[in-house]
Amino acid sequence: MSVINLEHIAKIYQLGSEEVKALKDISLNIEQNEYVAIMGPSGSGKSTLMNIIGCLDTPSKGSYIFTGVNVSEMDDNELAEIRNKEIGFVFQTFNLLPRSNALHNVELPLIYAGVPTSERRERAKQALENVGLADRIYHKPNELSGGQRQRVAIARALVTQPSIILADEPTGNLDTKTGEDIMALFNDLFKLGNTIILVTHEEYIAEHAARIIRLRDGLIEKDENVTKRVIPDHNGSI
Amino acid sequence: MSNLFFELKEGLIISLRAIRDNKVRAVLTTLGIIIGVWAVVTMSTAIKGIDIAFQKGVASLGSDNLYIDKWAWFNSDIPWWKMRNRRNIDMEDYNKFKDLAKLPIATAPSVITRQGIKTRKHSLDVVFCTGTTSDYINTTNLTFQEGRFFSNTESNSSRSVVVLGSEIAKKLFPEGRSLDSQVKIKGHPFKVIGVLDEQGSWVMGDFNPDKQVFIPIGTVFKYFQNETFGSIVINVRAPNSQMVSPVKEEAIGVMRQVRGLSYSQENDFAINQQGGLLSEIDKTVGVIQVAGIFITGLSLFVGAIGIMNIMFVSVKERTKEIGIRKAIGANRRTILGQFITEAAVICLLGGFIGLLLAVITSLVINKFLPTSIQLDSVMLAIIISIVTGILSGFAPAYTAAKMDPVDALRYE
Ligand SMILES: Nc1ncnc2c1ncn2[C@@H]1O[C@H](COP(=O)(O)OP(=O)(O)O)[C@@H](O)[C@H]1O
Ligand SMILES: [Mg+2]
Repeated sequence: MSVINLEHIAKIYQLGSEEVKALKDISLNIEQNEYVAIMGPSGSGKSTLMNIIGCLDTPSKGSYIFTGVNVSEMDDNELAEIRNKEIGFVFQTFNLLPRSNALHNVELPLIYAGVPTSERRERAKQALENVGLADRIYHKPNELSGGQRQRVAIARALVTQPSIILADEPTGNLDTKTGEDIMALFNDLFKLGNTIILVTHEEYIAEHAARIIRLRDGLIEKDENVTKRVIPDHNGSI
Repeated sequence: MSNLFFELKEGLIISLRAIRDNKVRAVLTTLGIIIGVWAVVTMSTAIKGIDIAFQKGVASLGSDNLYIDKWAWFNSDIPWWKMRNRRNIDMEDYNKFKDLAKLPIATAPSVITRQGIKTRKHSLDVVFCTGTTSDYINTTNLTFQEGRFFSNTESNSSRSVVVLGSEIAKKLFPEGRSLDSQVKIKGHPFKVIGVLDEQGSWVMGDFNPDKQVFIPIGTVFKYFQNETFGSIVINVRAPNSQMVSPVKEEAIGVMRQVRGLSYSQENDFAINQQGGLLSEIDKTVGVIQVAGIFITGLSLFVGAIGIMNIMFVSVKERTKEIGIRKAIGANRRTILGQFITEAAVICLLGGFIGLLLAVITSLVINKFLPTSIQLDSVMLAIIISIVTGILSGFAPAYTAAKMDPVDALRYE
């Protein structure tokens, strides 16, 4: 069974009298433990697609079956629960709570899931350790570097053990070297069996993925499996 | 269930942090709540104090007493000119009444005159001097700091002896040692034979025994005949509160007989009760209540608007945060709860400050009234604060709860 099944998805925004068709007709399938990169020029609908896949947004048309469940008909609260339990988000701008330390940021999804305090703390610490931040758990976001912030965000995405990890330009705000470190982390997560969907407009970032979907003007231009993938060696911990 | 608990705890942490980050703003917005809570607690404390003072005062003068007078003391249907035209009640009436009435445990005549009192060093211009007999003390619960009430002999032979109320004694003899000293009432020398304990009931107004002196009734007639109201009052004490009605019934009958009224004539006297004072007190309480409720209502209203406004600002400022929380799984109820909790915590903070001010105010009130803040007004303050918080926080919280997560995340 596929994790993600989109059939004829469209997303139309109404801007005054004008209709903006961010997505026109998207159908695609993503299986468990796939590593997919979504590429395309700016404004082609990548973020819109990610938001729909991540249950942050609902499509104007079409059906979306997520792990066998039809989410196109769910209400706000049901979608919130799916996001909480099944989806891990990583954003370009990190989106951490600025006044909370790393530990609390990572704990937050577990708070909403109702996990008891001691277990929650343990799991959050473990997640931070897995991304190499064991010694930074009490630091606030503004006391961390960009790369470290993104690691906190990744720890937060992983801590609930979601079915998929969605990353919208996760290296967009990082320098090349740090970006590569983050990509290495995603590679490790993929090797551990996670399903990863990643938006980027950098070819060298997309090369990490096994499958590249190219969007243009709200349509899939190309959907290809990249056969000769090279995963660079990486000794860092995950 | 555990969800709710964690969310509430998270809500509390967030709100305390938000308040800490904006201390001045929080205190300013809670000003209305502070004043509101202060007003309502102070009001109920004052009312409680007046009530206690009144009960004490009535108790000291005898709570089961009736006062037979030419005049009705409190609002009455009889026009004042009709009462003025009544025959005075005199000592002869009293003596007959005393013989005929069987139910009272004590009766005493009393007459009031206002006189200046002097010692060598101090003087008071206007003092209520109650002229009565030795029986008077048995119609009251008055107690003595020192000395005694005048004896049968002293009252029968109209001696120049005086018993001082505590406040009068304090003013005339600030250094103490009043017993056996001499005071001059309108130039006539009197010997002080007793000083009353403080009864502490200024709410009783002119009835407050602390501000009176007591002299034999015959002495009043001897020296101040023309400066009385002419008519005496008969104090009648019932054995207990159940007996007040029968004593009253009997008193009416006996008085009609004493006054020689025929079947068709209406009563030419009034039977008064201290309870009548209650309606006077109620007027004061009513004024305090109206003022208190007005101040409370207005400031809570202003406060609630302020909190609502600040919460709208807070929600706007934290749009991105709301987006993040929603993205990682906070549902509508959680966000709603978070912001309502925040509003309630801010209000509670204001409530506590208001309560603190009310405690300080009550210490001041305590100088005038026997009172202290009651547990129920503390509870009331807390409930008012929380309810105001919830009411004023609801609309902003609802705005936050129904935000679209994608829009909220994009907000800068
Ligand atoms: N909330 C919105 N309202 C109106 N138009 C929108 C909204 N979100 C996105 N769009 C439009 O939809 C198109 C796709 O946007 P987006 O998915 O963000 O592109 P990408 O992420 O590929 O740069 C763009 O033309 C954008 O202007
Ligand atoms: Mg985008």
